[in-house]
Amino acid sequence: MAERRADLAAYRAVLASRARAQLTYRTSFAADVLANVGVGISELATVYVVFWRVDTLGGLDVWSACLVFALANLAFALADLLVGHVDELPRHVREGTLDAFLLRPLPLLGQLATSEVSLRRLGRAGVALAVLVVALPRAGVEPSAATLALLGGSVLGGTAVFCALFVAAGALQFWLLEGREAANSFTYGGANAAQHPASLYPGPLRWVFTYVVPASFVAYLPVLALTGRTGPAGLPSWLGWCTPLAAVPVWAAALLLWRAGVRRYTGAGS
Amino acid sequence: MSAPALEVQDLVREYVLRVRRGRFRRQRRVVRAVDGLSLRVERGESVGFIGANGAGKSTTVKLLTGILVPTSGTVRTCGLDPAPNRRDLARRIGVVFGQRSQLWWDLPLAESFRLLAAIHGLPGARWRARRDELADRLDMDAFLGTPVRQLSLGQRMRGEVAAALLHSPELLLLDEPTIGLDVLSSERLRRFLRSEREAHGTTLLLTTHDMGDVQRLCDRVLVVDSGRLAYDGDLPGLARRVGARRVLVVDLREPVPPLHVPGADLVAVEAEGLRQRLAFDPTATTAAEVLAGVSRLAEVRDLSVEEPDVADVVRQLYASARR
Amino acid sequence: MPVTAYPALAAAGFRRYSAYRAATAAGALANTVFGAVKAAVLTGTVVAAGGSVAGYGVAQAATFAWLSQALLAPVSVFADDRLARRVRTGDVAVDLARPVDPQLAAWADDLGRAAFQLLPRGLPPLLVGALTTGLVLPPEPAGYLLGCASLVLGVSVSFALRWAVNLTAFWLIDVRGVLLLYTVCATVLTGLAVPVAWFPPWLAALAAATPFPSVLQAPADVFTGVVTGAAALRVVAVQTAWLVVVLAAGRLLLAAGSRRLVVQGG
Repeated sequence: MAERRADLAAYRAVLASRARAQLTYRTSFAADVLANVGVGISELATVYVVFWRVDTLGGLDVWSACLVFALANLAFALADLLVGHVDELPRHVREGTLDAFLLRPLPLLGQLATSEVSLRRLGRAGVALAVLVVALPRAGVEPSAATLALLGGSVLGGTAVFCALFVAAGALQFWLLEGREAANSFTYGGANAAQHPASLYPGPLRWVFTYVVPASFVAYLPVLALTGRTGPAGLPSWLGWCTPLAAVPVWAAALLLWRAGVRRYTGAGS
Repeated sequence: MSAPALEVQDLVREYVLRVRRGRFRRQRRVVRAVDGLSLRVERGESVGFIGANGAGKSTTVKLLTGILVPTSGTVRTCGLDPAPNRRDLARRIGVVFGQRSQLWWDLPLAESFRLLAAIHGLPGARWRARRDELADRLDMDAFLGTPVRQLSLGQRMRGEVAAALLHSPELLLLDEPTIGLDVLSSERLRRFLRSEREAHGTTLLLTTHDMGDVQRLCDRVLVVDSGRLAYDGDLPGLARRVGARRVLVVDLREPVPPLHVPGADLVAVEAEGLRQRLAFDPTATTAAEVLAGVSRLAEVRDLSVEEPDVADVVRQLYASARR
Repeated sequence: MPVTAYPALAAAGFRRYSAYRAATAAGALANTVFGAVKAAVLTGTVVAAGGSVAGYGVAQAATFAWLSQALLAPVSVFADDRLARRVRTGDVAVDLARPVDPQLAAWADDLGRAAFQLLPRGLPPLLVGALTTGLVLPPEPAGYLLGCASLVLGVSVSFALRWAVNLTAFWLIDVRGVLLLYTVCATVLTGLAVPVAWFPPWLAALAAATPFPSVLQAPADVFTGVVTGAAALRVVAVQTAWLVVVLAAGRLLLAAGSRRLVVQGG
């Protein structure tokens, strides 16, 4: 227990130092945040244009669709902020910093995850949060303890899902070593799938995005539960309460993959 | 407390290389980087680990520290099996890779020390005292506030060594610590490492290409070749074994005919006799005696002594073993 | 000026990218996944709108989704920072000293890159599209010919834009923000997110005032047969006009930048 607390203090010290380093160059940091606001807005363009053409999409009205967009983007931006830099694993291997991590008395994944914190992603998270706040009352969501629990659970669970995807994608690079783009097909593809109503997807795709890469759990299912809608066959809306649970198997898979990757690097396995 | 600092038994480490054959076919080739290595280093010893490029030195250091896992054989570092006990071991050893950095590139050196102290969970009073001691003895006060990327190589290496020693490890492993350093910087680093060992009894193991490092720092030399131990003993013994010779280079006031001095062989005459090179066996005579011999024949303006090259020594060692 | 140098440069660009096999395969996978999601969203919209949105039926919408993902890598919607890095490190002086025109040389290289990426990055999404939603293709050979011309123009406009944006590195210390801003604008205005024809009037007017639709929307429209005949010829003419304008803007930026380089001595 005491050791766990000491580990946390170490991570906190490194993260605080990284955050301070980013804030040193204020103009450059402000420009980065602004650019990420732009990314958030450009992601919203699809919802805006589509609902300029139609009133409902996949059984959702514009404000419910905005909620799906907001929850998915908030979770993804937070995960990207926290562990998005895990995809820089090949650089750490090349420059030998991975060996330096291995010579310190902390877990490797913990060190890599806390080696950076991309505060500029707050720009994209901010856009998502703004959309969430504007859309909630308009989608007819009543403020209540249950609503709050559902929102909190899905943001935390969704962030955990994307964090796990980032870790899995990072672990894959122990094998690929030039595959940053491969990593991104996992993570960005999952994020893209999460921000649209899963009811639009043809059967097999919907199944993949629910039970393999649980993108539907991040936003669409919680919004069904929030707005009291029933989903398409196979996606009952009570599943919307299960986002944190959906993160568990993804994390388990990601950690197994990570362990296999580290074993490959140290030459312990295979 | 009785466990030796390092104990290695029949250590083997293989790599699988995939060699391209033709456009699509790839062939697996197994390469043994370390091939049945056994050695033992007691606490408080200072050991030089030498060998030619690709002899398996760096791989061995990675096996000793738990970065790599052996294919077969056993390793005990400070009595621990390194890879499964990586975190416990990390608190007890310090490692410096000469060509890799463990410091934060964009942060001041002092900030790197603060973060490393947090990572090792060192109490504030203890690590600050240790930092001040290291900063003083390594003469780092002037650049503690400078971002690491702006440091000269010599300054950075002092920072790397201090970083590896901040948690007062009982064993310090150095992989090519003086590579690329100028004469003054490497001499300063060696002096510091000697004093560190005297003050704290730290066990030292260093891989190097530089016989100067071994001469100044180590009481014992291990020579590794093709992943196997080729020699284990002291430096004079190694020189005796291979008949390695040092070379006295003299620059003379005036050109003279080739010099013939007892106990030394003339190996080269350059600049029409202005510079001459004399090889001698350090176990039979000394540089001073050879110089005295030269001075009787010509006026010496400048001189230097060249150490035998590690690669040469290893090559000669193997040549003599095959004979 | 040795005119034969340019085909050689294009071949070099082709070869350079052919070295990244795993990355290419992974990129194709990503394009296919994005294509599937986009096809679902766009066809869902057309169905919800009663079968047609701005001239796109269900089949056209699906084809547009797959095709835009297939062309995403060849026309390179997202900005890279190769030239900006050369400017920052001063290596650009070497490019300026070469006996070939720097803009034409980089253009040739980029066409080589696009030629390599066309099949490995384009075929997988199109194949999956053909097998799942089906694709609509030009009814006559003339459509393919015009589509190819439009595609080469799209790659070229995209190149000219990215080249010019990279040159801002002459004046800015950090171009990361500018490049990200470019990518943000390009994502929306090229039609990568939603077809430009679906935009509300103000956004459509904004897009039409920029060269971005010429990058991706134009070749996609010609290939899917959303525009045909004289309308298609007009699309290609607009692309050509934008190409001339953006290339000229790039040359002006380079001239100003290299003057600055000379004045400040690098």
